[in-house]
Amino acid sequence: MNETPHLNSFKTGPDEDGRFGIFGGRFVAETLMPLILDLQAEWDKAKTDPEFQAELKHLGAHYIGRPSPLYFAERLTEHLGGAKIYFKREELNHTGSHKINNCIGQILLAKRMGKTRIIAETGAGQHGVASATVAARFGLPCVVYMGATDVERQAPNVFRMKLLGAEVKPVTAGSGTLKDAMNEALRDWVTNVDDTYYLIGTAAGPHPYPEMVRDFQSVIGIEAKQQMLEAEGRLPDLVIAAVGGGSNAIGIFHPFLDDESVKIVGVEAGGKGLEGDEHCASITAGSPGVLHGNRTYLLQDGDGQIKEGHSISAGLDYPGIGPEHSWLADIGRVEYVPIMDHEALEAFQVLTRLEGIIPALEPSHAIAEVIKRAPKMGKDEIILMNLSGRGDKDIFTVGKLLGMGL
Amino acid sequence: MTARMDKRFADLAAEGRPALVTYFMAGDPDFDTSLAIMKALPSAGSDIIELGMPFSDPMADGPAIQLAGQRALKGGQTLVKTLEIARLFRQGDQNTPIVLMGYYNPIYIHGVERFLDDALAAGIDGLIVVDLPPEMDDELCIPALKKDINFIRLATPTTDDKRLPKVLENTSGFVYYVSMNGITGSALPDPTVIGGAVQRIKGHTKLPVCVGFGVKTAEHARAIGASADGVVVGTAIINQVASSLTEDGKSTGATVPGVETLVRGLAAGVRSAKLVAAE
Repeated sequence: MNETPHLNSFKTGPDEDGRFGIFGGRFVAETLMPLILDLQAEWDKAKTDPEFQAELKHLGAHYIGRPSPLYFAERLTEHLGGAKIYFKREELNHTGSHKINNCIGQILLAKRMGKTRIIAETGAGQHGVASATVAARFGLPCVVYMGATDVERQAPNVFRMKLLGAEVKPVTAGSGTLKDAMNEALRDWVTNVDDTYYLIGTAAGPHPYPEMVRDFQSVIGIEAKQQMLEAEGRLPDLVIAAVGGGSNAIGIFHPFLDDESVKIVGVEAGGKGLEGDEHCASITAGSPGVLHGNRTYLLQDGDGQIKEGHSISAGLDYPGIGPEHSWLADIGRVEYVPIMDHEALEAFQVLTRLEGIIPALEPSHAIAEVIKRAPKMGKDEIILMNLSGRGDKDIFTVGKLLGMGL
Repeated sequence: MTARMDKRFADLAAEGRPALVTYFMAGDPDFDTSLAIMKALPSAGSDIIELGMPFSDPMADGPAIQLAGQRALKGGQTLVKTLEIARLFRQGDQNTPIVLMGYYNPIYIHGVERFLDDALAAGIDGLIVVDLPPEMDDELCIPALKKDINFIRLATPTTDDKRLPKVLENTSGFVYYVSMNGITGSALPDPTVIGGAVQRIKGHTKLPVCVGFGVKTAEHARAIGASADGVVVGTAIINQVASSLTEDGKSTGATVPGVETLVRGLAAGVRSAKLVAAE
């Protein structure tokens, strides 16, 4: 955040209208426009306010547990026989994923703005849990919108949110997943404009959310870069992260964008394959469109209607992607590839058995890509992967898929 | 075409009464029924027609309009077919302004220039695109105005005096005042509060101001019409259509007549508003 951008930097976006190339923007109803402009003004002030930054840093260290470790996955590296594999251990954060980084930042903003009620959308429930957590910590009521399908497949997280005092509202419209939860949260916000802060969990939505969420998540990449220099004395050759909306990915990618020697790969949910509709590979198999406040790659039909998508992982089950990713894909700085459900499930098991780390199904997609690439790389090369969440929430889903009763 | 809209409001001003603006969803529950509804609207007393374009993710709409859009999409409705409904209507009616209302993505995917040409050819007079605030005017508003299609903007209670000029800058045809913060189909707020808000907007523009969100009965229409240049009714019509359908969502003999009866009542409401305003 504090680095001086190069002349030909990939880090200068978005422009003042919230655009990353043709992507991003502010495609919202007039009712929300004044709110978004207020938020932007407050964010612009907070960014450079030492007091805000100090509070963020303090909570990061003492509440989240930052910095998260950089871990050399020795046995996975040996097993694959190629590049050295490092994990940025975001799953060790308080609440079990990277989501808390953004939630702490945004709730501090909400407090500054005098808002007294928090709403959030959630897919896998990780962002819902993180939102409910910070709402409890700051004593604010919290309503979490969650697709009815997700409520069912992420039951442990639903219970955690309720324990934390949040109200979980199941959304039955559409296929009852993240997209529908986001629609419902926007409706709530339009209705309760005076007191409510909408805590968006991913680096998407209307400006300034994509930029703001990225900046709160960039702590991942900033730390990882420093830690890698300490561990290896050099930058990694390849950075990999899973991409749904894309907040964990942009968080680890962004600080490396101007490092030419670092190849960057985002892993999309290939679901059951790209031929049909049962995937969430917005960039690989979608096209640019406008949804949820921004222009970005979307899964849609020829009439501009949004498709439902599918992924084994609730956190990747979203037919869009953050606008900065769309831009990074178009200019060729980041490569985006799909990983199928079954490959992610396999990777989930490999990591669990070899490293004693049960990953969430979201980063299991990134692990699957590591498993593909590491053996083809030299032993002197380095992969950095964002292990964005832990898998406790997924054990029921995985148990069912593996035919194991729980 | 902007002339048809301007003439309609000029005629109504001469008559001394507000406009009844009726919204319904194209393709709900099927192409033929919604075309029949549209054809029935002017004789039932509708002065301006808002033709809803179904979208899979209507973020600013309540459950009623969302379900109507889902019924239409399920029935195979597309943007092209919605324009076809307008074209067929226009063959028999040269005077009633048609405003397309919906979300940007289907237009963007159709292609903005191609959409505007197709809309003009179909006899469309104006556009209301919910997710295009003034900050996004280059996308569709400016190209539409260049082609002589009205771009009608929503003003809301959150649109304060500081922001109003920006909202009104490129607005044409009329201003659609959304009477509350919230989604379509919510309860109607106090008419005197609305009256004050309409006056506030009129302090910034010469355009007619129509009020919507929450108008359900002839009495509402009369009360709102007393202080506005037009009354927009949407969810009540959508609900009327929905209540007439079979369990699997098919139209019945009651679908079109039900809408006609409702609109006749609302039309009587706006016509009696004239008397209140004249007192």
